[in-house]
Amino acid sequence: MTAAIAVGLLVLGGVYLILQRGLYRVVLGFVLLGHAVNVVLLAAGGLERRAPALLGQVDAGQAADPLPQAFVLTAIVIAFAITVLLLGLLHRGGDGDGAPSGDDDGIPARDGARDGDRDGVAVREDAS
Amino acid sequence: MTTTSALLVLPVAAPLVVAGFLLLFPRARTLHRVCGFAVAAVVLAVAGVLLAATADGSVVAQNLGGWPAGVSVVLAADALSSLMLAVTAVLVLACLAFAAAAGEDTDRLFVPLVLVLTTGVYGAYLTADLFNLFVFVEVMLLPSYALLAAGGGPARLAAARLYVTTNLLASTVFLAGLGLLYGTAGTVNLGQLAGTGAGSSAVAAATGVVLLAMAVKAAVVPLHGWLPRTYPHAPPAVTALFSGLLTKVGVYAIFRVYAVVYAGDPRWLWLIMAAALLTMVVGVLGAVGEKGLRPILVFHMASQIGYILLGLAVFTVAGLAAAIFFMVQYVLVKAALLICAGAVEHTYGTGELSLLGGVARQPMLATAFALAALSLAGIPPLSGFVAKLALVSAAAGAGQYLAAAVAVVVSLFTLTSMLKVWNGVFWSDPPEPVEEPDRDRPEPEDTGRSTTRSRPRVRRALAAPALALSLLGVVLGVGAQPVLGVAGTAAAGLTDPSAYVAAVSP
Repeated sequence: MTAAIAVGLLVLGGVYLILQRGLYRVVLGFVLLGHAVNVVLLAAGGLERRAPALLGQVDAGQAADPLPQAFVLTAIVIAFAITVLLLGLLHRGGDGDGAPSGDDDGIPARDGARDGDRDGVAVREDAS
Repeated sequence: MTTTSALLVLPVAAPLVVAGFLLLFPRARTLHRVCGFAVAAVVLAVAGVLLAATADGSVVAQNLGGWPAGVSVVLAADALSSLMLAVTAVLVLACLAFAAAAGEDTDRLFVPLVLVLTTGVYGAYLTADLFNLFVFVEVMLLPSYALLAAGGGPARLAAARLYVTTNLLASTVFLAGLGLLYGTAGTVNLGQLAGTGAGSSAVAAATGVVLLAMAVKAAVVPLHGWLPRTYPHAPPAVTALFSGLLTKVGVYAIFRVYAVVYAGDPRWLWLIMAAALLTMVVGVLGAVGEKGLRPILVFHMASQIGYILLGLAVFTVAGLAAAIFFMVQYVLVKAALLICAGAVEHTYGTGELSLLGGVARQPMLATAFALAALSLAGIPPLSGFVAKLALVSAAAGAGQYLAAAVAVVVSLFTLTSMLKVWNGVFWSDPPEPVEEPDRDRPEPEDTGRSTTRSRPRVRRALAAPALALSLLGVVLGVGAQPVLGVAGTAAAGLTDPSAYVAAVSP
């Protein structure tokens, strides 16, 4: 029950933040949503079995399901990488909520005009 | 472990290893190009071997790491996976050639990122474990974020923001669906999940969440809004690459999950049919309002996805075979069109229909575009015609007359749209420059006709990949029978997935 409530609260906060203006709050919203999904994955393994998932040391009926734990670890790593990338986008391009510069109002133009300073060349933010 | 099943690891491992290797030599551009082409060629060869092995309906499977099935991740190739692998490898070859010609691959990270992206795509086509599918889709998406944002510029970065957040939301929903699925079914192995969606409503609901996430990635209406706002802003070669890779993985996942987990449950086919019809209509109507080459083509992309889903909604062997053949020829045709658009943008600096004209004077590019556009609109004897005819007849044969009628009408709209593009870009006279003649620009020769101003020529290297893909589309149209046969085998494997399930289950 507590897991369900936790997921509900996290999704509540996450969705609220995602709908906010500015990429920074959206990133925080995604962090919360990621946590919510991790709790869902953990709950899928059954929360009443809490012992370490080591069959040699613990009775099989008490050992936690290791597969959701592996899922959660993978999901955390992937979400971490994407969060870093989003923050990099935020640093590079602004949060999409600033004052419009020229004809950019923060949403992609609908006429497909070519853009980019150097076509096809990736922008490297630091020397590494 | 036969050699054929050992080959299954190659499309996943080779691009990763080569990408890592290329990072050691950041400035060796020729090495990057050669390695990129070589890996794609190797995967094409592997796909050919797999096609030969699965053309009779058998399934090649491999338990990774030697662990027993049920514990290990299983890689499996049937006719559908092998077909998608082959056409993806061809697409990657053509797009790498175009990127090389356009100079978009000069960055030290371009080819490694493309290689990691293809790892994710090939892995997604070959895996039989749903969580592994999630991982491979993420492996596919992360380089795509970087590739799309490359080059900067406010509009491109805004598109990148939208693209990353939308895909992140879809991935989060995918994960939630996987959690729910594991909680209700107790497994994420496709073999063990077979038929559970038809039996248990809890599993059906959980898998529905997974399918929803896949529908976002496949840009099915009403989840399609991100596609026309992001793809036109990427670098041109990257758009061509994405068009055949990312959305197709979403469509493939929908096919596989619906065929195996739901076992083609007819209760939900009406939902897929409704989504397919909506997608077809909205996609083609959206293209009416656009005035740039790439936005129009991207809207048509969404519309064609509707056609493929139509084949799924008509869950018969004929319908599925038509949908698979449509997917194969559509990857080639759409990439040809987008490479043409990229060649135009690179040469003339813009994709606006009102600012272009007279490009028909470039014979290679014009031929490539004409063939691909006619195929998209469904003119015989090109591949698009064969695909649409197969779809319409399958739909009519299953009693879905509304769907068949909508497919024909949307095809007419597609033709109108292609004619509009042809007129705007290739046929009409280029517009007169608005500004007064500069002192530092050469004066146009005065022969009394506005069309003799010197316009830049489209380099042959830019147009060659598009022409190759278009000609491949023609070959596919005229000689469609072998591919239709393989598509039929793949469709049989979807309507009756017992061979697949037996190969991947413990």
